[in-house]
Amino acid sequence: MNMIEAIRDAMDIMLAQDNNVVVFGEDVGYFGGVFRCTAGLQAKHGKHRVFDTPINESGIVGVAIGMGAYGLRPCVEIQFADYVYPAYDQIASEAARLRHRSNGQFYAPLVIRMPTGGGIFGGQTHSQSPEALFTHVSGLKTVVPSNPYDAKGLLISSIEDDDPVIFLEPKRLYNGPFDGHHERPSIPWSKHPLGEVPEHHYHVPLGEAAVRRQGSAVTILAYGTMVYVAEAAVAETGIDAEIIDLRTLLPLDMATIETSVKKTGRCMVIHEATLTSGFGAELCALVQESCFYHLEAPIERVTGWDTPYPHALEWEYFPGPARVGSALKRMMEA
Amino acid sequence: MAKPNSPIRLHVPEPAFRPGDTPDFSSLDIPAAGSVRRPTVDVSPEEIRDLAYGIIRVLDDAGAAVGPWDEALDSATAIRGLRYMMKTRVYDQRMVMAQRQGKTSFYMQCTGEEAVAVAQQMALQLGDMHFPTYRQQGLLIAAEHPLEELACQVFSNPGDVLQGRQLPVMYSFRDSGFFSISGNLGTQYVQAVGWAMASAIKGDSKIAAGWIGEGATAENDFHSALLYASVYNPPVILNVVNNQWAISTFQGLAAGDSATFASRAHGYGLASLRADGNDFLAVHAVSRWAAERARCGFGPTLIEWVTYRVAAHSTSDDPSQYRPQGEASAWPLGDPVERFKQHLIGRGVWSEELHAKAQEQIETEVRQAVRRAESLGTLNSGSKPSIKEMFEDVYKEMPPHLRKQRQQLGV
Repeated sequence: MNMIEAIRDAMDIMLAQDNNVVVFGEDVGYFGGVFRCTAGLQAKHGKHRVFDTPINESGIVGVAIGMGAYGLRPCVEIQFADYVYPAYDQIASEAARLRHRSNGQFYAPLVIRMPTGGGIFGGQTHSQSPEALFTHVSGLKTVVPSNPYDAKGLLISSIEDDDPVIFLEPKRLYNGPFDGHHERPSIPWSKHPLGEVPEHHYHVPLGEAAVRRQGSAVTILAYGTMVYVAEAAVAETGIDAEIIDLRTLLPLDMATIETSVKKTGRCMVIHEATLTSGFGAELCALVQESCFYHLEAPIERVTGWDTPYPHALEWEYFPGPARVGSALKRMMEA
Repeated sequence: MAKPNSPIRLHVPEPAFRPGDTPDFSSLDIPAAGSVRRPTVDVSPEEIRDLAYGIIRVLDDAGAAVGPWDEALDSATAIRGLRYMMKTRVYDQRMVMAQRQGKTSFYMQCTGEEAVAVAQQMALQLGDMHFPTYRQQGLLIAAEHPLEELACQVFSNPGDVLQGRQLPVMYSFRDSGFFSISGNLGTQYVQAVGWAMASAIKGDSKIAAGWIGEGATAENDFHSALLYASVYNPPVILNVVNNQWAISTFQGLAAGDSATFASRAHGYGLASLRADGNDFLAVHAVSRWAAERARCGFGPTLIEWVTYRVAAHSTSDDPSQYRPQGEASAWPLGDPVERFKQHLIGRGVWSEELHAKAQEQIETEVRQAVRRAESLGTLNSGSKPSIKEMFEDVYKEMPPHLRKQRQQLGV
C-alpha cells in the first residue's frame, strides 16, 4: 500500500468497527479528498458517516468538538496544513483544554488530519509544516508518520485515543519514500518494506519513536520526509549515524532519544519547518538537559529557512541531503 | 445631498445616550403584546422573515397574557418559573457581595435577563444540551442543580467540581445539560451545532441550544454556526441574547445601524424569531416552538431575545463610565421578575404577601447554600484545590513530561 491507501484503510477499519466514528472535511465525501485519502468511504459507510463540509475550517473543528461532547469520535481532514489557521482557536482554546477545564466531564476525542510539508511545487500556501504550533499547546498530541505501515497503525491509535490528536501527513511521502533527490525518479512504496501493510486492525502506539538505522557516530532526530533525507545523507557521507524517526512529537519518546545520544555523543536535529522556535529548538533543549555531559559537539539543526516557502526556489528552501550531509561532516570534525 | 467626489467619511456608530444624557427609548419600535402571529412549527423560513423584525410579546402592560403565543401555562409551572428567577437574582446578589468581601476574584450577574435562561430551560427536556455563555446561570437554577455546587465553583474551594481550574461562573455540569463554559466568546456556538449534528447522525431525539451575546455575534464562530446549521439542518436552537451592551460596546457595533440580530439568519435561510426577553411567557412559548420544530426534524431556529443588561458586565466593570445612570429603569421592556409577578397576581394565583414570603424563603435557602459552600473555603481562605490535580486531565493519561513537571513542583 502507499501512504494514501494505508490512511484510508485505517479510517475504513475504524468506521466499520465503531459506529461513533465519523469522517468529514472539504471535498472528503463524494469525491474522496483532493489526495484521495477518503475515496470510496462515503459509498461504503454512508453519507451520514462520511461527508463534505463547507470551506470553513473553524467550523469543521468546532462542530467536531460538539460531536465529541455528544459521544462521537470525529476524524476530520483539513485539506492542507496551511489552511488550519482559521481553526486554530477551536483547536488551541477549545479542543485542547476541554478535558482540563471541565475536569473530565467533557473531552474532545478528535483526530485532525492534514497534509504537511513541501516538495510538490505548492508555494507558500500548500507547503508549510506547522507542527510546532501544536506541540506548544498543552492538551494536544501531535503525530507525524513517515511510512504507510506507521501511518495506518498510528491513525488507528489516534482515532481510538480520547485526546485530540493532530495528525500531520507529509504529502511528499504519500506515494513513496522521498529522500530529497528531486532530480531522480521517485521510488514507489511497493519497493519499500514499510509499504507492506497488513490488512487487519493494528496499533502503532503514540509516544514511541523508531530507530530506523543503528549507528555509533551521531544521532539524527528526524520525522516525516526528513527520515529519508537523513538516510540519503548518511549513505552519501558514509558517516555511521543512528537515525531516529520520532513518529510522535508529543508525547515524545525521550527515553529512546536519550539512550541514543548518550551512546553516540553527538546529536543533529532536522526538520522541514522553519528554524526559529521550531520543534527542533525543543529537541535541542531536551537533549542538552539530559545528555549535556555526553555531548562531544554542539547540537546541529538543519531546517527550512525562516522565509515563506518559495514556489520556484523550493529546492533551495528544502533541507535536502546535501545540507544534512555537510552538517554531518562538520559535526564529526568538531 | 452630498455631491459625488466630495470627501467620503467613515461611519462610526454611536449609542443614542452617553453618561449625563437622559435616556429615552420612545423611538424604539415595540409592537403591542399579542400582535405578532404564531406560525406552525413546520413553517419555511422565508415565510416568517418579518418575524425577525417584530418582537413577540405575551404579557401586555397590565400584566395580562394575550395573543397567539399565550400557551396558558399552568399556574404551578408558572410559579415555579417565578421562583427560579427570584432565586437567580438573590444568588447573584449574594455572590457579588461575596466578591466585594474578597471571597472570590470575579463574578458576573444576569440581572434583568433571568427570564431568558430560566424559561428556556423549562421549555426543554432532560438530556438536551445547552452550550451557554457566562450569563445563563438561570439554566442551572431552573434545572435545580444544587446551588452549593455553583457557589463552590465561584469560591474555587475544595468542593469545586472543576478543581479551581476555571474562572468563577465558568461552570460545567454535564448531568444538568450544561456544557463547559470556555470564556472565549462565541466558540461554543458552533460546538452546539456539532452536538446537534451528532444527535441527528445517531437518530436521537435530543436537541442542543447554543447561546451567544449580541456582541459576540461579530465573531467568526457565530457565522460558522449559522452556516453549518443551514447546511445540515440539525436540531439546534441558536439563542442570541441582545442585552444591548458588550462591556462598553453598544449593540450597534455588532449589528450596524439597520439590521436586527435575528435578521442575520436570513442570509443563511434559517428560521428566525425576535422576542421580548423580559417576558417569561414569551420566552417559554418561543423556546417551546423552536424546540418542537427541532425535535420534529424541521431544523434550527435562531432567536434574538431583546433584553437589557441591568448590572455591570462583571465585578471588574463600571458602566457609569459609558452609559447613562438611569438607562436600566428607562428600558421599555421592564423587569422580568416584576412583570411576571404582576401577571400571576392578576391571575389570582399570587399576591404581594406570597411574594414577600417566597423572597424570604429563597434568601434563607440561598444564604444557607452559600454558607455551606463557604464552610469548605473561599478563594482566599481555607484549603485550596489539590495542587497535584493541576496536572491531571490535561490528557486522559499523564504523559512523562507532565509527570516530570509535577515532580519539579514537588507534589
